[in-house]
Amino acid sequence: MQGIWKKLLSTTMVVGVVLGVVLWGGFNWAMELTNTESFCISCHEMKNNVYEEYTNTIHYMNRSGVRATCPDCHVPKEWVHKVVRKIQASKELYHHFMGTIDTREKFLKKRGELAVNVWKAMKATDSRECRNCHGETYMDFDKQEERAAERHEEAFDKGMTCIDCHKGIAHELPKGWKELAKKNGLMPTAETTPAQ
Amino acid sequence: MRKIIVLGPAAAFLVGGSMLAMAEIKSLRGDRPLDAPPEPPKKARVISKTGGFGRQWKTQPPLIPHKIDKERISLDENSCLRCHAPDTYKAEKAPMISKTHFTDPNNPSDANLMRGRWFCYQCHVPQVNAKPLVENLFSKTAD
Ligand code: HEC
Ligand code: HEC
Ligand code: HEC
Ligand code: HEC
Ligand code: HEC
Ligand code: HEC
Repeated sequence: MQGIWKKLLSTTMVVGVVLGVVLWGGFNWAMELTNTESFCISCHEMKNNVYEEYTNTIHYMNRSGVRATCPDCHVPKEWVHKVVRKIQASKELYHHFMGTIDTREKFLKKRGELAVNVWKAMKATDSRECRNCHGETYMDFDKQEERAAERHEEAFDKGMTCIDCHKGIAHELPKGWKELAKKNGLMPTAETTPAQ
Repeated sequence: MRKIIVLGPAAAFLVGGSMLAMAEIKSLRGDRPLDAPPEPPKKARVISKTGGFGRQWKTQPPLIPHKIDKERISLDENSCLRCHAPDTYKAEKAPMISKTHFTDPNNPSDANLMRGRWFCYQCHVPQVNAKPLVENLFSKTAD
């Protein structure tokens, strides 16, 4: 009798481990699958609006041929943050089926709100996703346009973050973006920028 | 007979001369036949010039001294206003849009920027380091 129990227990454990590996792997596999640009633009809301605009920008085509894709800027790299973002993204699924932004007109109407969400998220993380690729310590100010170098040197001393100044880097700015940014305290002002 | 001896070289001179003159006529496109593709132009890059290009005459729309490939102007939005608008120029250390561009010059704001001044590229353009196609003799007028 004891022998049977032992066998059962060990089989269960083996099955459990195998199942665990499969499910865990499957989970991560699904996470990876949904972390590609082709997945993002499988929804026309993403493809016809933001993607199309992005193809005219430096993160799509540039002198070095390195691309930044949608998840590079919108999905965190660290596992925990990534899972959180994925759970938040279920909202997108809901709005997709509700057709909240299924026409260009509807999208343009809601765009300001969506942009503010993204700005806030980036501000809160100190533009973490930008910094996955751009490190302020590795910037050669001598090689930058003077206009850029001058602003960067001061801004980094002041602890400002990329999204403070680089709004609209990958998509068109929403109508009335300045008022939206000001209202949410996301606009650099003469006070946050030190005088010359 | 003597006439022919004299006229012969003269005619040859005339024909030859006009052919020479013809060879000198050259379009900007070069000597290429019409059905051949034109020579590809050399790549030219936008010049970034600290302090701006200055003006050649008082009411000249100043040239843009920086890259503008990131900027976008649509019916609704104008990203030049990120830096040149009355409420942003100080923080961005850029020159403010000329007061002449506003319907209320004493109280300039995005709201009263003239629609006729909305599409900045109509008047302001960046410069590239291209070789001029023809020599330019224009000189600065007195300030
Ligand atoms: C199922 C279709 C669908 C897919 C796939 C999809 N999106 Fe979206 N996305 C939407 C919809 C619909 C909205 C609008 C949500 C709303 O109205 O609040 C949205 C909104 C957004 C926003 C604004 C976020 C916010 O906080 O308001 C971002 C950023 C975004 N998507 C990025 C992405 C990225 C990156 C991917 C790929 C990893 C992706 N989307 C894949 C449909 C989709
Ligand atoms: C996947 C890596 C990656 C991410 C993430 C990324 N970038 Fe970039 N970025 C690049 C590359 C590559 C270039 C082009 C470099 C070149 O000039 O060849 C670039 C160029 C730029 C430029 C220069 C534009 C110009 O016209 O010269 C700016 C500004 C910029 N990025 C800001 C940002 C901001 C802000 C974020 C975050 C929202 C961000 N980047 C996220 C890789 C990235
Ligand atoms: C105080 C405002 C400010 C902040 C904060 C800021 N930038 Fe910039 N940056 C500028 C300006 C102004 C330019 C030049 C004009 C432009 O490209 O829009 C510029 C240009 C750039 C360029 C192009 C440089 C060149 O010579 O072409 C890159 C890349 C860039 N920024 C990345 C970043 C990243 C990454 C961060 C965050 C770590 C950041 N910036 C934070 C103002 C800022
Ligand atoms: C270089 C980083 C970068 C890349 C690459 C990028 N985005 Fe964005 N995205 C942003 C930023 C920053 C915002 C905030 C609004 C703004 O400043 O334009 C934003 C905003 C959005 C919004 C909200 C609506 C809006 O226009 O503001 C959606 C939806 C979105 N992105 C989807 C995508 C999709 C889909 C892709 C891939 C095709 C993508 N993004 C690629 C940086 C990026
Ligand atoms: C990121 C901020 C920024 C943006 C966006 C920007 N500019 Fe500028 N611009 C500057 C700065 C800074 C200067 C001053 C450069 C200098 O003198 O060194 C300048 C200078 C100029 C000048 C020269 C003024 C003079 O008196 O010589 C013109 C014209 C101009 N910009 C037009 C434009 C137009 C048109 C756009 C939109 C396509 C634009 N700028 C977008 C920052 C910006
Ligand atoms: C119809 C032609 C026209 C258009 C369109 C136009 N400008 Fe101008 N701009 C001028 C002229 C002419 C001047 C110089 C005379 C003056 O000061 O009015 C000037 C001067 C300027 C100056 C220099 C101000 C100074 O104090 O030195 C800036 C900056 C400027 N414009 C920015 C812009 C921007 C940004 C736009 C787009 C929103 C724009 N302009 C649209 C014609 C134009």
